[in-house]
Amino acid sequence: MFEKALRGDRRYWAWIILLLAVMGIGSIFYILQLVQGLTVTGMSRDVSWGFYIAQFTYMVGVAASAVMLVLPFYLHNAKQFSRMVILGEFMAIAAVIVCLGFIVVDLGQPQRLFNVVLYPTPNSILFWDMIVLNGYLLLNIIIGWSNLSAENKRLPHPQWVKPLVYLSIVWAVSIHTVTAFLYQGLPGRHYWLTAILAARFLSSAFCSGPAILLILALIVKKVAKYDPGEKAVQTLATIITYAMLINVFFFLLEVFTAFYSNIPGHTHTLAYLFTGLHGAGSLVGWMWVMAVCAILCLVLLVPPKFRKKPELLVPGLILLIAATWIDKGLGLVVGGFIPNPFESITEYAPTIPEIMISVMIYATGLLVLTVLWKVAIGVKKETGSA
Amino acid sequence: MDNNRRTFLKIAGFSVALGLGGGIPLSLQAYTPADVEYVPTNAQITGKRWGMVIDTRKFTKPEDFQRVIEACHQTHNVPDIQGNEEIKWIWTDHFEQVFPSSSNPYLAERYEQQDFLLLCNHCNTPPCVRVCPTKATFQRPDGIVMMDFHRCIGCRYCMAGCPYGSRSFNFSDPKPYVQNLNPDFPARMRGVVEKCTFCAARLEQGQMPACVEASNGGLIFGDLSDPDSEIREVLRENFTIRRKVELGTNPCVFYIV
Repeated sequence: MFEKALRGDRRYWAWIILLLAVMGIGSIFYILQLVQGLTVTGMSRDVSWGFYIAQFTYMVGVAASAVMLVLPFYLHNAKQFSRMVILGEFMAIAAVIVCLGFIVVDLGQPQRLFNVVLYPTPNSILFWDMIVLNGYLLLNIIIGWSNLSAENKRLPHPQWVKPLVYLSIVWAVSIHTVTAFLYQGLPGRHYWLTAILAARFLSSAFCSGPAILLILALIVKKVAKYDPGEKAVQTLATIITYAMLINVFFFLLEVFTAFYSNIPGHTHTLAYLFTGLHGAGSLVGWMWVMAVCAILCLVLLVPPKFRKKPELLVPGLILLIAATWIDKGLGLVVGGFIPNPFESITEYAPTIPEIMISVMIYATGLLVLTVLWKVAIGVKKETGSA
Repeated sequence: MDNNRRTFLKIAGFSVALGLGGGIPLSLQAYTPADVEYVPTNAQITGKRWGMVIDTRKFTKPEDFQRVIEACHQTHNVPDIQGNEEIKWIWTDHFEQVFPSSSNPYLAERYEQQDFLLLCNHCNTPPCVRVCPTKATFQRPDGIVMMDFHRCIGCRYCMAGCPYGSRSFNFSDPKPYVQNLNPDFPARMRGVVEKCTFCAARLEQGQMPACVEASNGGLIFGDLSDPDSEIREVLRENFTIRRKVELGTNPCVFYIV
């Protein structure tokens, strides 16, 4: 089955070579980081997690979002997703690989990574995150590959995969819940110390992940002539819209709690993010762009007659991805460290090496995704299975 | 009163050195206030629950702070790195930074001007230990929150977990920034987290923590579980406050203000 990834036209190989080149350039910066240490990043004693961990957090959501296709398809027999479920499962694989990549590059001593396994520490949420992420990776590889192999042989999906599918539904929720627990259980980090953080994570995941999937699927429709089906696109667009509404609602709950209670710990980070605090406010512009993107995307997505038009749906999805990425991939992690435990402010901005290393990891994810989708679409087209 | 206790402890200290300790609890025997000439006992100093009192009244001049900070940073090869990647085990800050929730706009002038010492609180329920995925940071039975520099993977979860900003990360190789390397204490490599260890290594050799020794009695170190210890005596006689008690970490560093 894998041979399908080895046969492609010039555009396919050009894309693969481009990704490899980007990975190569990024790896030069990673070598720089290995030699000099994390001093090449913008992180500091006060903002001790930055762009890497923020991207990790965002991509866990993208990985978890496959459940938005898997659940309706397997539990509710939503046949319209039959051409798309495999794309979701394979995107989850690529997304988890990106997550693991961001964890590894964030470590000060990456060669000691396996200490997490050698000295298992169940009281650490990071230990559980390692288990759920790797478990989810494995589940999706097994489920996606087995079902696709069966389709390739024109056989029905094997029965033994079914229980794993149900497990993967629960597991998807668990990966993002556990990732939220990394943050929300820390005393003294007020922006994260909120019971609704896991719910916020899931709602933002369930809109941003499918939005990315849908954009990619629409690109594939153009370049690979593989149509996921209009009904699938519209069902997914509806799911995305509801999830985004819930996501915005949850965020506004935070704003209300913070400013109506007026407890300094709760207001400080939001004030820093949206208005600046004590003259520091490097993220203010970003956060307002986020707010505008969030409102605009809802304007484009909520009215059914708007989101039915591809020329409005696509910009709506892009705005949604921008809004959720700024919220989670930028503001959430950095904001949690500002102000610091001394009520002082140290700001953070990623450096060029940090961004290039991140680009390297994203390119790796895209490469995995490209190869997996090439195989999946090859099988789907050949067998005409839908 | 003060003199009596000092004299008593002096005698107690010497008795231990001479092996005449008898029934006096070990932690008390071994403790010699730092403004008395320090006599190493060569016997390991043990306790059940180590804690520290910072008598801020005795830190008035910049030299008072410098002396303890230098003693610590010298002993532990703490690199002198400027900027926001700095590494510090014991340092100073102003009242409103040290006690954010206890500050007020009409703070007595002497508090507003004054610096306060900061170090790891060696919390009874340390969040850093709870979050560490490799047990590289762990709590010893005597309460000291320790670091294994050789197991740490540098994930910095403990830094996010610590509500006191007590932890530093080696963003780069610290060795070029260490002057007068102390060969008796390990120098760190880049990529690991470090912090105050309450001088666990010195206690093992019968020595008081370096900062306590240099503090001229401004820092009182002892066994909180022992009602007869000097630190408990000091806590009984003085009103003390701790940093961010509302977080439930139960810090073991107390401030007389």
